[in-house]
Amino acid sequence: MLMTSGPWVWIAAMLTLAIYSFLYKDNPFYKIAEYIFVGISAGYWAIFLWWNYAYPNLFEPLAKGNYLNIIPIGLGLMMFTQLFRRTAWLVRFPLTFVLGVSLGLQIVAAVEGDMVPQLRGTFSPFSRGVLFGTADFWTSIGYIVLLVGVLSTLIYFFFSKEHKGFLGAGARIGIYFLMIAFGASFGYTVMARISLLFGRLHFLFSDWLHVIK
Amino acid sequence: MREPELRQLAKPDRDTVEVMRLKLIIVAAIIAVICNVDIADASTTPQVADSISILPPRIISLKDTPNDAGTSIDIEWELSPTESLIPGMIIEYQVLRAPSPDSTFEQVGSVPAGTSTYTDEGTIPNKPYWYRVAAVGREQQVVSEMAGPGHSVMQWFDRRRIGVAIFVALTCTLVMVFIEVAKRKGKMFLRRLPVFDAIDEAIGRATEMGRKVLYIMGQMDVDDPQTVASMSILARVAERTADYGTRLDIPCVWPMAMSMARETVKESYLRVGKPDEFNANDIYYMTSDQFGYVAGVDGIMMRDRPAANFYLGSFFAESLIFAETGYTTGAIQIAGTAEVDQLPFFVVACDYTLIGEELYAAGASLSGDPIQIGSIRGQDVAKAIFFVYIVAGVVLKLFGINWLETLLKID
Repeated sequence: MLMTSGPWVWIAAMLTLAIYSFLYKDNPFYKIAEYIFVGISAGYWAIFLWWNYAYPNLFEPLAKGNYLNIIPIGLGLMMFTQLFRRTAWLVRFPLTFVLGVSLGLQIVAAVEGDMVPQLRGTFSPFSRGVLFGTADFWTSIGYIVLLVGVLSTLIYFFFSKEHKGFLGAGARIGIYFLMIAFGASFGYTVMARISLLFGRLHFLFSDWLHVIK
Repeated sequence: MREPELRQLAKPDRDTVEVMRLKLIIVAAIIAVICNVDIADASTTPQVADSISILPPRIISLKDTPNDAGTSIDIEWELSPTESLIPGMIIEYQVLRAPSPDSTFEQVGSVPAGTSTYTDEGTIPNKPYWYRVAAVGREQQVVSEMAGPGHSVMQWFDRRRIGVAIFVALTCTLVMVFIEVAKRKGKMFLRRLPVFDAIDEAIGRATEMGRKVLYIMGQMDVDDPQTVASMSILARVAERTADYGTRLDIPCVWPMAMSMARETVKESYLRVGKPDEFNANDIYYMTSDQFGYVAGVDGIMMRDRPAANFYLGSFFAESLIFAETGYTTGAIQIAGTAEVDQLPFFVVACDYTLIGEELYAAGASLSGDPIQIGSIRGQDVAKAIFFVYIVAGVVLKLFGINWLETLLKID
C-alpha cells in the first residue's frame, strides 16, 4: 500500500507542499509553514550559537581558568546595553571592535587568496610559445582572451575617472566580458537549483508516496 | 630567534650478515627461475619473504620546518635497504615520536614505501622530541634507531609570502595616502553611478504610493566587507526615507548586523532632524537560517507589498528567490553584491544592479566620507599599478623573463 510513511515524513511532506503553494499565491498554508519555519529556525540558531560558539569558546575556557575571556564576555554583554535608552551608545564599542578586527584580518586573506593568485594566474600561462604559435592554437587564444578580459574588466572597475576615450572603450569591452561570464554562471547555477528541486521531488515521491522505489 | 636545528646522526652499524643472506636468497631465486622452478607460486613467495628480516631505515635529519609558527618538524630518513633488494616487501613507514628518550614512542603518521620524508605537524614550539621510523611489512616491522632531540621553532616571517607582503604594503600605503589627501582636499571625484539617481527615484515612488521600503543587507554579519558597504548605502536610504516620511523595513539575519543597522538608521534620522520618527522596531531580527529568512521576507513582500526593494550585501542561493518575488509584486528593485555567482540573478530580475566593487564605490560615494572616498581612490591607483604589472609580466614572460611571476609565488 502507498503512503505508509511515519508521521514526521507526513509533516515534512505537508510543509513542503505548503511552501510550494506560494508558487500559486500567498495563502494560509504558506503562512503556517512560513511562521513554523521562521520560529523554529530562530530558536534552533539560538541554541546552535550557544553550544557551538559561546559555550566552547567563551564559558568553558573561562571555567578552566582562561580569564582573558572576560574581555569578549564583557564586549558581548555590552550588546545588551541597547535595551536601555541611556546606555544604548555603549553598543558601539563591541560593534567597532568586531568590525575593525575582522576587516583587518581580511585584508591579508583577500590579497593572498584572491588578488595575488589572480594577478599571477593572468600572465603565468604566457611564454614564447603562446605568442609565436608553438603552443596549441586554441589554448593560446584562450590565454589572450583571458588577458584582454582581465584588463578590460579592471578598467570597468576604475572609479576615479569618467569612462571616456581609452577608458570608455576598455570599460565597454569589460562589461561585455562580465555579461558573458554572468550568462555562463546563470546557466550553471540554474542547473544546480534544478538538482535541489529533484531532491525535494524525490523526497515526496519516494519517502512519502513510495511511488519511486 | 633560534636557528633550525639540524641533527646529523651517526650511521648505525649495518647487519652485513643479514644483507649477505638476502643477496644469497635473491641469487637462489634467479637460479630457480633459470631452472624453471615456479617461484612465483603464491604459497612459496610469502614464505621466502617471511624468512627474511626487514632491515631498519636510518633517520638522517630532524629539521624545524621553515616559515611556520613552530608547529612542525621535518623528518628525513634513508630507506631500508630491503626496499631495493626485495621490492614490495615493505608496505609503509611509520613515524613514531616520544617526548623523551625513555618514554613510549607513539605513531604520529605514516607514509607509503618509497617515501623518505614526513612532516610532523603536531609539535609544540621549542619542546624537544625524539623520533624513530618503523619499516612495516606484511608480517613484521623493524624500527630505526632513535634520533633526537628535534625542536620546532617559530619564525617571525614567512619568506615565501614576500610578494603578498609587498602587495599588502603597497595597497595599504596607497589607501592611507589617498585618505589623507581626501581629508585635506575635502572632496574628490568619483564616477557617478546610475544607481545613485535610482535610489532617490525608488524611495520617491514608495512615498507617492504610500508603501514602505524594504532593505535587505544580505546573509552575512558585520564582519563581511559587503555588509559594511551596505551600511553606507543604508545611511543614504534612511536619510531619504526620513526626509519623505516613508517607512523603512529592515529584517535582519544576524543580531550584530541588526544593532549596526539600528545605529546607522538612527544617525540618519538625527542628521535630517527627525530623531522622533525613528522606530527601532522597524529594524528587527528574523532568523539566522538562510531559507527561514527567505520564507519570512517573501511573506513580507507578498503581504505588505513594499514599493522599493533594496538587496545590498552578501547574497547566496536566496538571491533569485528574493528578486523574483519582488518582481512579481511590481516593486522597483535595486541590488548589489560582490558574490559573482549571484550577480546574474540580480542582473536579470532587478532594475539596477551594483556589480562587485561598485557596491563599495557606491557606499563611499553616497556617504561622502573622505575616508571611504580616499580609500576608493587609493584602490584605483593600486588597480592601475596591477594593470601595468600584468602587462609588464606578459611582455617579460614572452622574452623568457619570469621574475615578476616568481615574486607572486606563494608556495
